[in-house]
Amino acid sequence: MPSKPPKIDMTPMVDLFFLLLIFFILTATFRSPEAVAVDTPSSISNTVTPERHIITILVSKDNMVFFNVDNGIDTSEHLRGKILQAVGQQYQIKFTPEEIKKFEGMSAFALPMDKMRAWIDEKDTKNRDAMHTGIPLDSTDNQLMMWVRMSRLYNSELEVAIKGDASSDYTTIKKVIDILQDNNVNKFNLTTNLESVDVDINNL
Amino acid sequence: MAEIIQDEGHGKKKGKKRAKKHGTHIDMTPMVDLACLLLTFFMLTTAFSKAKVMEIVLPEKSTNKDEKRPEVDEDRALNIILIEGDKVLWYKGLANPTKPPLPVLTETDFSKDGIRRVLLQRNKTLFLEIEEMNKAVTEGTLVLPRDTVTARRKKMMTNDKIGPVVLIKAADNVKYRNIVDIIDEMAICNIARYALVDINVVEKKMVADYLASQASGATSNK
Repeated sequence: MPSKPPKIDMTPMVDLFFLLLIFFILTATFRSPEAVAVDTPSSISNTVTPERHIITILVSKDNMVFFNVDNGIDTSEHLRGKILQAVGQQYQIKFTPEEIKKFEGMSAFALPMDKMRAWIDEKDTKNRDAMHTGIPLDSTDNQLMMWVRMSRLYNSELEVAIKGDASSDYTTIKKVIDILQDNNVNKFNLTTNLESVDVDINNL
Repeated sequence: MAEIIQDEGHGKKKGKKRAKKHGTHIDMTPMVDLACLLLTFFMLTTAFSKAKVMEIVLPEKSTNKDEKRPEVDEDRALNIILIEGDKVLWYKGLANPTKPPLPVLTETDFSKDGIRRVLLQRNKTLFLEIEEMNKAVTEGTLVLPRDTVTARRKKMMTNDKIGPVVLIKAADNVKYRNIVDIIDEMAICNIARYALVDINVVEKKMVADYLASQASGATSNK
């Protein structure tokens, strides 16, 4: 006698799936894709990075300096676009409205101004990532200074986070800090990983 | 799989003949599949732990050259010079070429028994005081709002009169990691006063001499 195929009631499982799905959708905050992999040093600090109004300066392993600024809470202000236009103006570079719009959705970059247009127009992500050469920060052509200045002009609430690779040179970081101090930024957030330490005070 | 099976009206009623109702079977398999897929995606991409930051506040750059730098008490000054290869040199007091002899450099590292021990020995009073408060708070013998704990710690630090004044200097080719580590040590040891300072000529020479003597010492030992 053929037995009936067993029927399992999956309704509770599916219910649970949906519940979890909704939970994860609502709590999700996406990691923005980074242009470079940065291995940050660790510290005992427990302070959380501010989510909005933040300039992120990445320093990669080979001492390239990347710049990123977020759009702020009110995206209708198009802060990134305005900053790009303002910096472009300083170097006599005009951007098309499409380029500005595209730039608003992009992340950290490390290019001199004259290559910006080519970078924004590049369709292939791999090619785009290969274009980074670092933002010039010499005293003769200090473009990082211009980016910081214009960003702070359009958004005065900006804080600065420096995300340096553990094995990058301190000289580069020092240069970045100097440039920021020239722009009257004296408070820095150094992005670090959390680590725990044990302190032995018994046998001093 | 999951599906809705509607009851087909078996109890046929008399009277008007209606068009035969087809039971509506909705196959929900694709939807459930998709839900599973999305669930997995969101679970994997959600970043629960946000990046942590270490805050540092640097003094404003003074444009006025005549402005006097704050004097550091010689008895409390502790100089830390970071050099290449994750090594730390430290000396007490101030290096003044007009008042020889120059202080002696001691080499140590970033390990638990390295620079941390040096710092803790000098900052013992304040460190224990703060530790005691933290312990009382965690054990519940002292109930304070979180802000007050931070404020109290700050106040303890400002009132500290005997702890070291640490001057952190970096020689050439120092990695960023070392700087973060040393600032972190300051936080670990609850050092009240520390500053990032540029290395001066005297100290550069001291480091060069030290490294030279190390090198010659190593060869003579052979």
